[in-house]
Amino acid sequence: MNATVNRHWRSFKWAAWLGWQIESNWTEPWLFAIYSVIKPVAGAFILVLMYVVFTVIGNVQDLARFNFVYVGNAFFIFVGNTLFGTFQVIQADREWYQTLRYTYISPISYYTYIVGRAATKVAVAAFAVLITIAFGVAFLGIKIDLSAWELPAFFAAMALGAFTLVGIGVSLAALSFLTARHVRGLAEGVPGVFYLFCGVLFPLTVLPDWGQSIGKAIPLTYWFHLIRQITMPADYFAAVPTGLTTDPLEIMALLAVSATGFFLLSIGLFRLMEYLARRAGKLDMTTNY
Amino acid sequence: MTSTRSVNPLALNLRAVVGRAYPRIIGANREPSWVFFDAILPLLGIAAYVFIYEGFFRAPGADRTFANAMIGFVVLGGTMTAFWMNVLWSMASQLYWEKEMGNLQLYMMAPMSRMALLGGMALGGMFMTSTRAIVTLVAGVFVFGVHFDLANPLMILAVFFATLVALYGMGMMLASLYLLYGREAWHMSALLEEPIFLVSGFYFPIRAIEGVGAWGRAVLFGAAIIPATLGLDALRQLIFPGFFGGKFWLLSVELEFAILVVLCVVFLVLARVSLGYLEMLAKREGRLTSRHQ
Repeated sequence: MNATVNRHWRSFKWAAWLGWQIESNWTEPWLFAIYSVIKPVAGAFILVLMYVVFTVIGNVQDLARFNFVYVGNAFFIFVGNTLFGTFQVIQADREWYQTLRYTYISPISYYTYIVGRAATKVAVAAFAVLITIAFGVAFLGIKIDLSAWELPAFFAAMALGAFTLVGIGVSLAALSFLTARHVRGLAEGVPGVFYLFCGVLFPLTVLPDWGQSIGKAIPLTYWFHLIRQITMPADYFAAVPTGLTTDPLEIMALLAVSATGFFLLSIGLFRLMEYLARRAGKLDMTTNY
Repeated sequence: MTSTRSVNPLALNLRAVVGRAYPRIIGANREPSWVFFDAILPLLGIAAYVFIYEGFFRAPGADRTFANAMIGFVVLGGTMTAFWMNVLWSMASQLYWEKEMGNLQLYMMAPMSRMALLGGMALGGMFMTSTRAIVTLVAGVFVFGVHFDLANPLMILAVFFATLVALYGMGMMLASLYLLYGREAWHMSALLEEPIFLVSGFYFPIRAIEGVGAWGRAVLFGAAIIPATLGLDALRQLIFPGFFGGKFWLLSVELEFAILVVLCVVFLVLARVSLGYLEMLAKREGRLTSRHQ
């Protein structure tokens, strides 16, 4: 038992270290910090300018809705990076560094290795979320209302969200054992599913009925809802109806169940795809064109 | 006795163009899953931006007169996003990628112009990306119900192709520069996504940046170097001519088209110059085959 735990811990620790080296050692720390900030702030500014144009041509201001969009977008950075950080590992090692074969035969847990590699992206994403929110509060009039007694609920929600995302990410990574070099398409497309159907940037009620049904079936929809409920002022939160339950405990329970479900799914899918890839001889294929 | 047969340089380079475009067009289709990953899935992200405007326009008291045009802006921006991403990831980063894969030295040894190689990459990339662009436009019309005004189709085509040539010319130039940057190339491409979507106005009329003040005007001036900025603004003017009394347009269509033509020439010349410089530098410093640097 102890040896198994040690093996997983060792795999995680060194994979996280490797992930950090890959992420950061291409440049000076100050340049890396700027790089980590520019992307999320630019993404936030796109929404700001969309809102500015809307206020001019729509002839109306709706600060609660702008707050809704901004907070959703800021926390989506966490979602996008955690997903991408997880599902890109296999294809990056296989196609880019061509080291998958060596890592794979080493005495580690490859599943845990993937999670460890993703850990760096999760940390950088958390930093980017913080910067984006701070930027919004300081310069764009974004209102955040997070009291001390709400902090445990906030961190619990973040942890459950991260577990769910890693579970989804590893499941997707497992699928990439068998697919060609599609990381860019996946990087845009998979977060796009959540971007569209989880009410990240607009209330779910804007979607057609079938879209709302899809959104309500995705646990992350409730995660975004909960995060907004915890962080936004109550009057702003109430001003944008979403048609979702507002009981935090109910949402937490749902997230706990979904995190467990995706964890089990990721293990099953990982083993199945790994087996199929080995059988088809695709474990270290390269598909450059 | 040996016999040598001279090869027409034009024919040789045309063959090189076709040869490099071939794997992108034919090779990619041997793995048809790319249509789903590269054309269908990214549509979801664009749809999200469409629904942002839908969400805004559902605010109580909002005037919906220009809602169709705003959604159309997003659809056109989404189309341009496809080409920009292709320029970044399949043009600018490609020579670096080829070096990592071990193909670059083979290209350098082949008796062809390096411009023919990049030209083939560009043609193949344009073909692949056009699929995604067409899917986006079709979705814009049939899913989001956008009405496009095609009163001046020749000018629309002229602006579109001038934008593409300038964009891919820029990609050809960046390809050489990225090779010099080594490992930073990947990060450079990642960095040129959202910031360029922002300063080129992919999801809103670019003139809105002017509202930021003096900084906004400086950003606008810099953004005009990126062909997508002027190309999108001109296309939007042509396709949504009456949008908000023209108050959000940057320059006249004719002037933007003229600048795009100039950019085409400038980027292609710069691509040739930087490619020559790169080759000389790489040979002198022996970095042509060194990987993971």
